Amino acid sequence: MTRIGLRVLSAIPTLFGVVVITFLLTRVLPGDPAVFFASNPSMSASDIAAVRENLGLDRPLYDQFLIYLGNLAQGNLGRSIATGQPVAAEFARRLPASAELTLLAFLLAVVVAVPLGLVAALRPGSLVDHAVRLIATLGVSMPTFVSGLLLIHVFYFRAGVLPEPIGRLDPFLFEPARVTGFLTIDALISGEGQVFRAALLQLLLPAVTMALFALAPLARMTRAAMIAALGSDFIRTARAAGLSRGRIVLIYALRNAMLPVVTTMGMVFSYMLGANVLVERVFSWPGIGAFAIDSIVNLDYAPLQGFVLVMAAIFIAVNLVVDIVTVLIDPRAED
Amino acid sequence: MTPLLSIRALSVEFDTRHGTVHALDRLSLDIAPGEIIGIIGESGSGKSVTAHAVMGILDRAARITGGEVLFQGENLLEMGRRARDGWRGRGASIIFQNPRAALNPIRAVGDQIADVVARHSSLSRRAIRARVLELLRHVRIPDPERRARAYPFQLSGGLCQRIGIAMALACAPRLLIADEPTTGLDVTTQAAIMALIRERAREAGTAVALITHDVALAAGNCDRLAIMHAGHVVEVAPTAAILARPRHPYTAGLLRSVPSLAGSLDQLQAIPGSMPDLRRPDLPPCRFAERCPRRLPRCDAPGPLALTACGPGHLVACRNLP
Amino acid sequence: MSAPDHPARHKGIFRALRRNPLDLLAFGLFALICLIAVLGPLLVPHDPLATDTAVALQPPSASHWFGTDQLGRDLFSRVVVATRLDLLIALGAVALSMVAGSVLGAIIGYWGGVLDTVVSRLVDVLMAFPLFVLAMALVAALGNSVANVVYATAIVNLPFYIRLARSELRPRRALGYVEAARAGGSGDWRILWRHLIPNIAAPLVIQASVNLGWAMLNAAGLSFLGLGVRPPTPEWGIMVAEGARFIGSGQWWIVTFPGLALMLAVLAFNLLGDALRDLLDPRLRR
Ligand SMILES: Nc1ncnc2c1ncn2[C@@H]1O[C@H](COP(=O)(O)OP(=O)(O)O)[C@@H](O)[C@H]1O
Ligand SMILES: [Mg+2]
Repeated sequence: MTRIGLRVLSAIPTLFGVVVITFLLTRVLPGDPAVFFASNPSMSASDIAAVRENLGLDRPLYDQFLIYLGNLAQGNLGRSIATGQPVAAEFARRLPASAELTLLAFLLAVVVAVPLGLVAALRPGSLVDHAVRLIATLGVSMPTFVSGLLLIHVFYFRAGVLPEPIGRLDPFLFEPARVTGFLTIDALISGEGQVFRAALLQLLLPAVTMALFALAPLARMTRAAMIAALGSDFIRTARAAGLSRGRIVLIYALRNAMLPVVTTMGMVFSYMLGANVLVERVFSWPGIGAFAIDSIVNLDYAPLQGFVLVMAAIFIAVNLVVDIVTVLIDPRAED
Repeated sequence: MTPLLSIRALSVEFDTRHGTVHALDRLSLDIAPGEIIGIIGESGSGKSVTAHAVMGILDRAARITGGEVLFQGENLLEMGRRARDGWRGRGASIIFQNPRAALNPIRAVGDQIADVVARHSSLSRRAIRARVLELLRHVRIPDPERRARAYPFQLSGGLCQRIGIAMALACAPRLLIADEPTTGLDVTTQAAIMALIRERAREAGTAVALITHDVALAAGNCDRLAIMHAGHVVEVAPTAAILARPRHPYTAGLLRSVPSLAGSLDQLQAIPGSMPDLRRPDLPPCRFAERCPRRLPRCDAPGPLALTACGPGHLVACRNLP
Repeated sequence: MSAPDHPARHKGIFRALRRNPLDLLAFGLFALICLIAVLGPLLVPHDPLATDTAVALQPPSASHWFGTDQLGRDLFSRVVVATRLDLLIALGAVALSMVAGSVLGAIIGYWGGVLDTVVSRLVDVLMAFPLFVLAMALVAALGNSVANVVYATAIVNLPFYIRLARSELRPRRALGYVEAARAGGSGDWRILWRHLIPNIAAPLVIQASVNLGWAMLNAAGLSFLGLGVRPPTPEWGIMVAEGARFIGSGQWWIVTFPGLALMLAVLAFNLLGDALRDLLDPRLRR
């Protein structure tokens, strides 16, 4: 338990560093918001000065940072220049869309990759083993935006079994009453079977696209970790004691193999947070990644800054969870 | 008396990227109920492979190419997988070198022992727990309640080996194979572990096969000795007979290389040469011939080299006995 | 002369290569891609920039092997010509981060102290960002240009090289040949440059080769989003982006061919990375 507490504490300086870098990224580098205004000919010099003052940009950097910190502490991520809306509110609206997609994709990837890697490790040299190695190599070589588009071509245009990739829900359906923000779950809660089905169908392709990418490293690591675990001395002891094969594979080998796999899951999650942006673009998904892209195009710095910060915070949290799970699995990690 | 375990002409090969390793070649050895037999040989002579073949825990790369392993008259190699699993732990069990690595690093040691007990009995959970504590007391682990909850990394090598012994003896096997059980432990712990193994075995009437490269250790603990070289058993005899009059040139050399057994310091000498590469396709019938001071042309004549009697209970595989 | 850590490292490389056909495929593909990148414009039947609306959106045919895009440009020519740019971006980014990262990592590994603490903490913080997101933000902040895509890709990879170089160098600081050189009057920089850096090169090269495929995907992803490369420059990521509009109406070829080219190149790099790792890393070689 002490280690878990320590890890949580040690995430704080990292988080602070992330805040500093995010701040510097948008204030010091050339992509200053002034660029946005300067490129707008209708603005007069005094208008620009007013906006600068409004945003606190006329103060020393140090003051600006303190203001930024103060705003962050109040959950204020600034205002989008393009929409005029508070960035935090926009994120709150869009985050469930991204989260639903990413979590489903992650779940899909884990549910497929871990058993695949397991079977491959149990039968090295078998067909499954070769297939896993092929998938692992091809999977990491496949750009998500290409595989997403090809999947759309096959399943929407050719086969016609999946709906047009235009967001989370068929525009002719009403969204269910918002509870979790996850459309599938909310639809189930309010008992709207048709909406659930429609939302799930919209989710399917983008989730599979992301899962395909995440599959490879997970399957590869599961296979390697299982082979290492199965070859270790304590498995030999367990076999010699006559323990059943199921117990040896699942309780003895798999639990040990899960340690590196869980670490890999953390890394995969980082990829997925990045891939998220591309996949949301391909599938017109109204998540925070799509919002960030729009803001880049508009040189709208507050949403971008907020996006980077939120992503890093999520990633730090994921790494924390990985650490905690590791401690729970591995007694050695406790001290 | 019928032997407890009878290995007959057992051959094991390993398929590796660099060729086939002929690890065991028509190896034969009997173990009587309740006896303590030492299996001695230098590293790579096939002691562990023999043990693993008996237990049925050979590597995937291994292939048994001939022979049989009879346990109380039944051929283990033809037993079904389930029957063999049930036999393991009750018929025979094994403890390993490097005791800490032999235990699951992320499972409490008490639970690991409990797994074995539960596998081979239908005791209630509470009875299993009681049995685990009893076993821990039998192997003289202080404070067993607390230690049962410990993980291997929290225990010393000696304690880990005691856990290994407790696990191996959990179901009162007829045969305990101890594969270099004390290698890597300090000297006092070594003595304590050996004393423990002997005591537990004598008490339960369990036969012990002590595998070691340490001749003095085997001589001090065993009723009989079997000497292995390059996948062959070259000589078997009661300990006293072998120490008094080794018949195989390799055994003689081996004894001369042990300080406490050599008559005097100037008689102490290493065996010249080294074991042949077991991947060679042209291994001679006597795999010691190329290192042997008594080699004759007939030593290289084709045809298997059998163990033959040369005294009471004394078998040797040599075509040119002194 | 640098002191050799692994005297027999190169022995048997060619034998190992011949034994593993996948490695051979990796080197073959890599050579092919390099060749196409160099000769690119000489190989193509059409001007990659020439538009001809009369033949817009045509499926693959004998005259346009990969079909044409919405402006009637020949996709085969564009895909082939794009090879050079994509390869240069990836190579440039990886070379930059490898050189900067290993020098920086070696310096902090050799001297330790406050500098080491500061840089190591900075590295930790950089690694707390999801890579692609950080790269995106960097390009947005630095300004939208190809050079900045290279810098951004290099910067997000820097931490891995710094960490690797540092951890490889640290245990070597006190080795015999370093002490000997020091006793012989060599200064710190000279020891670092002549004795230590050459000896940590192998793992860094392996890391770089494994990294190439990722760098290419990263850069193509950025240009897919409209960062870096601008139209009408032929580049695989942006070509996929241009084709994305037509995927829902069945013009699959605009996305597919640049996408396949990208995938094949990344595959070649990944296989090459695995092969190099097997060949160069004596700890992994059996
Ligand atoms: N998994 C394996 N793969 C290939 N060869 C093996 C394997 N295990 C053992 N061998 C070979 O079998 C021979 C006997 O090994 P072993 O029984 O472990 O010797 P020891 O007498 O030291 O216990 C050695 O030559 C060894 O190289
Ligand atoms: Mg052994």
